[in-house]
Amino acid sequence: MSRINDFVVRFANVNGTGSASANFLFAKSIFRMGIPVSAKNIFPSNIQGLPTWYEVRISEKGYLGRKAGIDLMVSVNPQSMKKDIASVKSGGYFLYDSTKTLHSEFYREDIHFLGIPLMDICNREFSDPRQKQLFKNIVYVGALARLLDISLDEFQKLFEEQFKGKDKLIAPNMKALHLGSDYVKDHFSFPLEFRVERRNLVRDAILIDGNSAAALGAVYGGATVVSWYPITPSTSLVSSFEKYASQMRIDPLTGKNNFAIVQAEDELAAIGMAIGAGWNGARSFTATSGPGISLMSEFLGLAYYAELPVVLVDVQRAGPSTGMPTRTQQSDVILTAYASHGDTKHVLLIPSTPKECFDMMADSFDFAEQLQTPVILLTDLDLGMNDHMTEPLTWDESRTYNRGKVLSADDLESIAGWGRYKDVDGDGIPYRTIPGTHPTKGSYFTRGSSHDENAVYSEDSETYVRIMNRLVKKMETAAKILPAPQKYQEQNQSDVGIIFYGTTRYAAEEALDLIRENGISADALRIKAFPFHEEIKLFLESHEQVFIIEQNRDAQMRSLIINELEINPKKLKKILNFDGTPITADFILQHISKELLTPVN
Amino acid sequence: MTYIKPKFHHPRLPKNDLGYNKKDYEGSISTLCAGCGHDSISAAIVDACFELNIEPHRVAKMSGIGCSSKTPAYFLSNSHGFNSVHGRMPSVTTGANLANRSMVYLGVSGDGDTASIGMGQFVHVMRRNLNMTYIVMNNGCYGLTKGQDSATADYGSISKSGHVNTFEGIDLCALAIELGATYVAQSFSGDKSQLVPLIKAALAHNGFSLINVISPCVTFNNNQGSTKSYDYVREHNQAMNILDFIPVRDEIKTSYAADEDKMVELHDGSTIKLHKISPDWNPEDKLSIVMALQKARQQHQILTGLLYLDRESVELNDLINATHTPLNQLSEKELVPPLSVLEAINQNLR
Repeated sequence: MSRINDFVVRFANVNGTGSASANFLFAKSIFRMGIPVSAKNIFPSNIQGLPTWYEVRISEKGYLGRKAGIDLMVSVNPQSMKKDIASVKSGGYFLYDSTKTLHSEFYREDIHFLGIPLMDICNREFSDPRQKQLFKNIVYVGALARLLDISLDEFQKLFEEQFKGKDKLIAPNMKALHLGSDYVKDHFSFPLEFRVERRNLVRDAILIDGNSAAALGAVYGGATVVSWYPITPSTSLVSSFEKYASQMRIDPLTGKNNFAIVQAEDELAAIGMAIGAGWNGARSFTATSGPGISLMSEFLGLAYYAELPVVLVDVQRAGPSTGMPTRTQQSDVILTAYASHGDTKHVLLIPSTPKECFDMMADSFDFAEQLQTPVILLTDLDLGMNDHMTEPLTWDESRTYNRGKVLSADDLESIAGWGRYKDVDGDGIPYRTIPGTHPTKGSYFTRGSSHDENAVYSEDSETYVRIMNRLVKKMETAAKILPAPQKYQEQNQSDVGIIFYGTTRYAAEEALDLIRENGISADALRIKAFPFHEEIKLFLESHEQVFIIEQNRDAQMRSLIINELEINPKKLKKILNFDGTPITADFILQHISKELLTPVN
Repeated sequence: MTYIKPKFHHPRLPKNDLGYNKKDYEGSISTLCAGCGHDSISAAIVDACFELNIEPHRVAKMSGIGCSSKTPAYFLSNSHGFNSVHGRMPSVTTGANLANRSMVYLGVSGDGDTASIGMGQFVHVMRRNLNMTYIVMNNGCYGLTKGQDSATADYGSISKSGHVNTFEGIDLCALAIELGATYVAQSFSGDKSQLVPLIKAALAHNGFSLINVISPCVTFNNNQGSTKSYDYVREHNQAMNILDFIPVRDEIKTSYAADEDKMVELHDGSTIKLHKISPDWNPEDKLSIVMALQKARQQHQILTGLLYLDRESVELNDLINATHTPLNQLSEKELVPPLSVLEAINQNLR
């Protein structure tokens, strides 16, 4: 049976050998042929020498979630070979470096072995030792091109773009590619029964990772002060910001930076700096992952209580503790929603695509300043570090920033009886002043200790309760202005509902199609923000059974829903993948079908 | 102690060049113990800012947690203040300074807030040469939690409860010099004539200024056997210099002929006149002050005065090539790149 544009290729490499760019080249060539593609880097927390995998899913239908079952494994790592052979689907293919003979006990009857002497070819054809190593990767890409019917012209173009100004690198790369392609031509039958065929399904989409997109969102969103401490998987967000800002934010007259980046001594200092900058009227952010959030929690409580704007990106990874630093999870939901001691609550924005990373990051500065509170962009490793096909990034040039309720010197002259924490408008959001605004008006003492409406220290119980209750009101305002959930139907079609958020979206949308193909009707909702929009409660109340799909062990979003919306836990079913790899549609389908065999109460 | 601050101002209070009188630099009434050294430091800050003609609203008062960190409420009430979290004042000040480099940043901290919980941030803010004045109100104990030893308590010092400190105290000035602070001074809360010019020069300095002020805790660490009591500090204080700060616009009227007088000009043109008492030491020579501090430690002396100054100091904003316009004053015009830039990026990602 011929399968066009619907299969999974996995690469097994040793990290630090230059395989990542070759593998990306493979994915990009398919994308250039107009076919939806998603690529996942499954890598170790290590710099050199350990196994790393790269998984490319090609999907005519545009499914970008991870798919279980490998159709074609490209193996260039003897360390993981046994496991890699075992992971190929029955009837699938195993392409390996046959310079060394395959161990007979690894052999499997039910899959095809494609041996190509990658090392021999490179040793024979290239003299430079570095090229011998690097071009092994290009040779197997050439072999794949022939096996899967990818046009070599696409690679020619990609090399020309990649090596602009270093044109002499194009020819040897093309040579390596042809060596692989020709070897297949001479030794195997091709193309395989699964292959690619040119389409026009990609249209104007781009291929970008969420961290880069969020960094661009921060540039367009007006971030000027960035403080951070390196931690996987958030590091590339700040390095991208630095790269883009160094290109786009240089004062044309002086050559000086219209931004400041400080690599802090730890996450405590990183958030402290961002908060100090926010207090002083700059748009600031820091980016981190779970362990960093733990360290930042005390400061988040200060920013919540003293009502200071700051943006924090949490690119979630697998916890607890150090956990699996290079694997994905959605396991900081509760941590971020309630970070810090005492009664606190924080605004979360939960993007699912790089385009949303860009938009929500830019919007997060508006929300932080409007609400005068921390805003946490909750992404994950899969979204942050893997390239995703996404809509192009756009910016409305007429847009002005919403700086929130900030008083100018003139405002202060005309207002009588200003108090930093007075709820003048009844929305729970007070008016603030930026230091240095007016010689004699508007100064106040910002503090994390209990204070009255005039920011004066107070241990008076009534005052304390009044301020704490106003903060509740502020979060109610937040729920109204934050992004509404995405509804997958105009009207309810079913008693069964499905809720998901963030990158679970990809597998969940695919699962929704599969469920419907199986004759099960279900409505779906994607949560985009916390505190919860009222439509989330309506959706929960109007379905008898609701599946909440998440990538953590403890069903954290479910707990948050139960806690915040007082929904009967019995009707909330958990679907939980927390093995560190992105959830798949098959996994969701399996769990939902199992549950739906039992009658709904 | 009075709890209600009188509103009466003398009509003929002297005014500074900006037309402010000293009352304009005061804060609300202190709630610290009567006789607390910290209140004297607050008063010195008021004097320094008044005499320097600093507009109060151009100052940001930063602090952490502890008795010392409460003091920003007791001076410069027309300035914004930020009482942050314990030991984290340096990071908040760093962010605030990056957001608006044109203001004056005055941080106050204690020995617990600096030398224990805040050691990490203290060390790094010096390394980065943040343009701020950092005053440590150092009493060698935790006042708010009733007198436990702090990390600056000297070895063998006896607390009010009779506890003998068995650990070496951290010498903040020696540490600061080692870590690249560009202005390091030490003083005593009871010596206003020394403290006020030190604060003025620190505020004028273009970079990180540390003033470690021994400030006795009258309630928990002013007893016999304590090395941070009023009596002990008075007996062991050895001034390295007598100094005078001359702002940029003031004409230098006195002539300084004596061998040990030194005129040190700061980046903004203001001048420090130093009358050196200790001849084998030069405030711009790290080695000599490191040696002097070590000697003093052995001899149980407290060196006070301006200990070290780097006039070539380059502050953080310039180290990272930040624009001179305060970042918090940039608008969409400077911040938003053209849409065409984004479109070009999209094109490269196809």
